Amino acid sequence: MRLRWSMGLAVALFTSVLFGSENLVEFSDESLRSRYQTLITELRCPKCQNQNLADSNAPISKDLREEIQRMLEQKMSDREIKYHLTSRYSEFILYRPDVNKTTYLLWGSPFAILLMGLLAALRLNRRNKIDVGSLDKAVIDQESRIAELLKSGEDDK
Amino acid sequence: MKVVGGSSLNRLALFLPLALFAALTIVLLLGLDKDPSELPSALVGEPFPSFSLPALHDADRTLDERDVIGEVVLVNIWATWCFACRIEHAMLNQLAEQGVKVIGLNYKDNREAAIAWLKERGDPYAFSVFDEQGRLGIDLGVYGAPETYLLDATGTIRHRRVGVVDDRVWNNEFRDLYAQLMAVQR
Repeated sequence: MRLRWSMGLAVALFTSVLFGSENLVEFSDESLRSRYQTLITELRCPKCQNQNLADSNAPISKDLREEIQRMLEQKMSDREIKYHLTSRYSEFILYRPDVNKTTYLLWGSPFAILLMGLLAALRLNRRNKIDVGSLDKAVIDQESRIAELLKSGEDDK
Repeated sequence: MKVVGGSSLNRLALFLPLALFAALTIVLLLGLDKDPSELPSALVGEPFPSFSLPALHDADRTLDERDVIGEVVLVNIWATWCFACRIEHAMLNQLAEQGVKVIGLNYKDNREAAIAWLKERGDPYAFSVFDEQGRLGIDLGVYGAPETYLLDATGTIRHRRVGVVDDRVWNNEFRDLYAQLMAVQR
């Protein structure tokens, strides 16, 4: 049992080293690495539907990662790199799209729905208050009537 | 006691959830027919990107965008590893026979295999550009072969098809536009 565990562990460690070395990216300046990581997690693989460039192993993602690395080495800004790619692959590849006339619905709808919900809540709240108020009044009316009746009954005795 | 839904406005408000539900249903129904793997084309209306790449059949011959621009032309991205390209190939042969100028972009392929492939299945291309690294592919926004672009005589991309061009696609998407562009060219 212990042997099997240690063998499994050895295989796991070994393969992770193998896969790790395949993805190693070299930069002339280490400060580019964090920007590279941010870009490849924020950009979407055009071929596969719901993976970013970092997670995808599609050939096109590999090519685009290399393209991004090349552009970073050319001292292009993040904005320029994104523009370079969206002008070819459209805004589809941005996991965080810019706010513009085609995306205002996308960015605005959560706030619009929140507003609608707030209005509905306010309305319901107000209506409930009125109902409770009139109910209280009815109860008070009844109670005073009962008290009156009881009183008049006592008087009759 | 107060009468529920006294004003007509209040009564209309009761139908609001139903109206919202109906609207959502229509939007989602329309969405069913869409192909989620199809990207909107960023390059339609844009000029064909500049490039400098060798010809497939002659490694010493360098081609650039000036070889592509000048007349109405189809640019077809293909590769021997691309299974759908085999299905498409007969259609391209047929179009070339009808006099449509087709230029090939051999995408991330092996040169010998690509030449053998054309020898075996017929070569519909006026010439093929050999894009081994896929650099022109990135400039075109290619994300899978086959893809087909229709260029007008000024080198502007007028239509893009991702996936196989068959009879139906040609008739629906290309034929009229192609005829129109050819009429302008003459």
